[in-house]
This record gives sequence, structure tokens and C-alpha cells, in this order.
Amino acid sequence: MGLAAAFWIMAVVAVIAALGVIFLRNVFRAALSLVLCFITVAGLYITLSADFLAAVQILVYVGAISVLIILAIMMTREVQQGSPSNKMKVPAFIVAAVLLGIMIYTVTKTSWQIAAESPLTPTTAPLAAKLFSESGFILPVEIAAMLILAAILGAIVIAREK
Amino acid sequence: MTIGLEHYLVLSAVLFCIGLYGALTKRNAVIILMCIELMLNSVNISLVAFSSYIVPLLLTGQVFAIFVMVVAAAEVAVGLAIILAIYRGLTDIDANNINLMKW
Repeated sequence: MGLAAAFWIMAVVAVIAALGVIFLRNVFRAALSLVLCFITVAGLYITLSADFLAAVQILVYVGAISVLIILAIMMTREVQQGSPSNKMKVPAFIVAAVLLGIMIYTVTKTSWQIAAESPLTPTTAPLAAKLFSESGFILPVEIAAMLILAAILGAIVIAREK
Repeated sequence: MTIGLEHYLVLSAVLFCIGLYGALTKRNAVIILMCIELMLNSVNISLVAFSSYIVPLLLTGQVFAIFVMVVAAAEVAVGLAIILAIYRGLTDIDANNINLMKW
């Protein structure tokens, strides 16, 4: 019961915050609305008993990515007031609505094979065993490290003053 | 009523379509990047929901979600660097006016 209430609160706040990202006129307020959406997504991870991912969501998205986005908004502030839309409003709305209809239809018509076991909790130690063991995902982890290194170098080179 | 897998998947679909609409219609490049982050987050919700409802003991969906987060962080860093470089050259970040490479 408590879980259901938590889910509904998080879901409603997440959808309202996501709509705020689109419809708020002020770009800075849209970014704050996005941060609220990230926080509710972390809450949803907790209701799915993914505690480690909830912590990572708060650290990476709420802590780091939102600061980057707000910094970019502040550095490009004087160009643009508000967040105007282009001429594709109606076609984009139709595309999004049709895609939403198709996805909801597919999700509700499919008979999912729900497992009987309750999910693992806490997940930190099993996740570490999955990620770093010989038979796990150690190669993708190292490739991800290379990707982050390349992204850092690329961002520095692109954004550097000449 | 109890919360099932479908609830999470429908919520994820709703968030994805909101992000898609924003990414298609907005003209401010930073807002477009924010909408892409929104879409990546909604995909993460569905991955974690699949992981905890269908294979609750394997955690593979959560591992995948971690890699999505890694790629999203790299993407937002490079994307914002590109936006700052464009702003320095054109003093504009309106996606309608950035058409130097349009054929």
C-alpha cells in the first residue's frame, strides 16, 4: 500500500516536472524542473528496490549533470529569453502521441512473465560482483572508462579558448 | 491496486514521449539536450523495472542502466562543450539559425 502511494506520487510529480521542462518559458526554471524530475526518478528506483542506482542517480544526474546544464545556461544567457518552439509543433505532437499510443498498446497487450521471487536487496554487493567478476561485465566497464576519458578530452578540446 | 510492471512501463513511455516532443520542437539547444536527458532517464526506468520484475535475481537491467548513465554523462559533457563552442563563434544557440552544415 505504501509502495503504491509512493509510486503514484513519484509518477505524477515526474510527469508534471517533465511537462514543466517543455512548457516553462524561463530556461533556468526549466532546468530546475528537470532536476525535480531526476529526483523523482531516483525515488522510483527506490520503489523498484534498486538502492544503488538511486544513489548513483542522485550523485550523477542531480549532482553533476544538472550543474553542467545550469552552467551552460548561465554562459549562454544573454542570447535568448524564453524557450521558443519551431514550426514543427503540430507534426511533432502527432508523432509523439502516435508513438505513445503504440507503446501503451504494446505494453498492456503483452503478457509479461513476471518472476515469483522478490528482488534482491541491498543491491550494491551483487552489482559489484556482476560488474567486476571474471564472468561478469569487466570488459564493458573498461570500455566505459575509455569512453569517459575520450569524452573528457573531447570536451576540453572543443570548449577551450583559442 | 498493486503496482505492476505495466505501470512503470507506461510511465516510462509517457516521459519518453514528452522528451521526444521537446527534442523535436524546441529551438534552444540547451533545452534540446535537457529533453534528450529526459528520454534517457525514461529508458532507464523501464530497464530497472524489467530487471526487478522479470529477472529479479540477475540484476542485468540495472547493470545496463549504469552503462546508459555513463554514456549519458559523456554525451552531456561533449554536447555542452559543442554548444559553448558554437556560442563563442556565432553568439547564438538557436537550433534554427545553426545551419552552416545544412546542405
